[in-house]
Amino acid sequence: MSTEVPIAAYLILAAILFSIGVGAFLIKRNVISIFMSIELMLNAVNLTFVAFAHKWGAVSGQIFVFFVMVVAAAEAAVGLAIIIAIFRTRKTLNVDQINLMQN
Amino acid sequence: MNLNGNTLALLPEGILTIAGVVVMMAEPMLKPGASRKALGWLAIFATALAGAASIVQLRVVDQSGRIMAFSNSIQVDPFSIFFHLLIASVVIVTLLASLDYFEGHADHAGEYFALVLFGSVGMMLMTCSVELLMVFVGLEISSISTYILAGFRKGNARGVESSVKYFLLGSFATAFFLYGIAMAFGATGSTSIAAIAQKLGTTATPTLALLALGMIVIGLGFKVSAAPFHVWTPDVYQGAPAPIVGLMSTAPKAAAFAVLLRITFAGFAPFEHRWASLMWVIAALSMTVGNLGALKQTNVKRMLAYSSIAHAGYLLAAFTALPQNGIAAAAFYTAAYSAMNVGAFVVITQITGYVEHTRTIEDFTGVALRRPWLGALLTFFLLSLIGIPFTGGFFGKFYVFSAVIGGGHWLLAVVGLLNSGVACFYYLRLLVAMYARHPHESGNDKAVYTKLTPAAGLALAACAAGTLILGMMPGRVLNLANRGAAAVLAEPVVEQDPTAVLMDDTRR
Repeated sequence: MSTEVPIAAYLILAAILFSIGVGAFLIKRNVISIFMSIELMLNAVNLTFVAFAHKWGAVSGQIFVFFVMVVAAAEAAVGLAIIIAIFRTRKTLNVDQINLMQN
Repeated sequence: MNLNGNTLALLPEGILTIAGVVVMMAEPMLKPGASRKALGWLAIFATALAGAASIVQLRVVDQSGRIMAFSNSIQVDPFSIFFHLLIASVVIVTLLASLDYFEGHADHAGEYFALVLFGSVGMMLMTCSVELLMVFVGLEISSISTYILAGFRKGNARGVESSVKYFLLGSFATAFFLYGIAMAFGATGSTSIAAIAQKLGTTATPTLALLALGMIVIGLGFKVSAAPFHVWTPDVYQGAPAPIVGLMSTAPKAAAFAVLLRITFAGFAPFEHRWASLMWVIAALSMTVGNLGALKQTNVKRMLAYSSIAHAGYLLAAFTALPQNGIAAAAFYTAAYSAMNVGAFVVITQITGYVEHTRTIEDFTGVALRRPWLGALLTFFLLSLIGIPFTGGFFGKFYVFSAVIGGGHWLLAVVGLLNSGVACFYYLRLLVAMYARHPHESGNDKAVYTKLTPAAGLALAACAAGTLILGMMPGRVLNLANRGAAAVLAEPVVEQDPTAVLMDDTRR
């Protein structure tokens, strides 16, 4: 039992991953990269869920992860389609140039 | 009627899902140039049926109390029924207004009707879920549908840009919401709102739960476009099709507010003194940012986007009030706001049409002189948004601010009333422009007037009637809102999660 990694380690790793995701979301300029940083945040959430599920011995946390994965896949399908649509109309994926609607 | 609990509990959602699938399957079978109106009528009929199903639910709830279904993850009570009826009405009006919107412009309008139906399934599911997993699933069904709808005019660069911004910021918000749920699960070992409330009452170290609450408020704050999480709103509303802006500025927001009300007042009730002050700040900030931002807008849709941020602020103010009054006032305000805001956007749909050459306040010059009825209706909706007596907007504000004062937050009420004063300026600026004579004698050549069809006329009449009824005799709606508030605060059903016990046993 002494070799078991403490739960806190998983939670800290998840928090770091989530922060990297938030940071990348704010810094990155390419739409695909921004989308990838959102996926990173979702995976950090999944890790948190699994760690807490172990702590509480509750399966519901692990089931939640399955739902998050399924929904993330659906979101990716729609998101990539939207990204293709914007590339068709604008010929760029740089968010700084996707700014038709500033006053 | 003899239905088992589970079927009855999700009957409205079930009807809408089936209708959505039928519409989606029928769409590719129609010839590319053929009219899609029949599919639109089918969608309207299905939504009306879903509304009727909610009324059946209300009858059952009246007789035998709330319905708990699917292992206590769905709770049908007056609160969920209130929001079901509200969402169904908004969807019907939006569909009526969109029937002729696509004629001759888009040959895939069937997908639009199907997506609106799927979106409303998600919104309705959010309002009746008392399990955060179901809330999350509902939120995503509603969000993903609206991401697509925002960019439905595929060739339109602004439309697609609006869609991509909505998608990125929306997913970002979802991640925060999920992280909040994960932390709440970590703090309490459950994702059921009732169980969270029970555990939080006894917890000694609330740090994790407070973080969870903060993350959930951030996530839902994005969805309801409360400041400082509002940055996406103006761009998205400006680029999205006008009838869809009417829908997404009201129905998904109403659903998100319903979830927020349940999570805060029922789930995190032990922390009320902490989140009430957080809501105070967000409410004051949203009102001020929204109203000051709207003052300098020239684009009409963009101006109404800022106005919707301000209205989210008024709604959030209700969270600082005493629970019963606050929930009832917030629910009533969402109804009043939905009626007038959808109405305003239906008029704008009629004036601008699909192509939207009429964009700025200047373009609206003289509109009311050429189309007196549309002008009069838009005037009425704008006056209601200002909060003139005998309109729904007035009573909504009245209840919210009296609830806020009842909760002892005088300063917030003063901030809100000052903001209402500021709001007059920009609404009146549009009004004055509409009734001004255009400098060119020939009139405004930019305005594209679509013919007012019976369906759109019906939609407008419904919005006007709704705004008027909520302003003149709000009794019945307020009564249901009050019952809803009582249902949120009622003693919840907490059941030990059977799987948790099972896994505990195997570990020991």
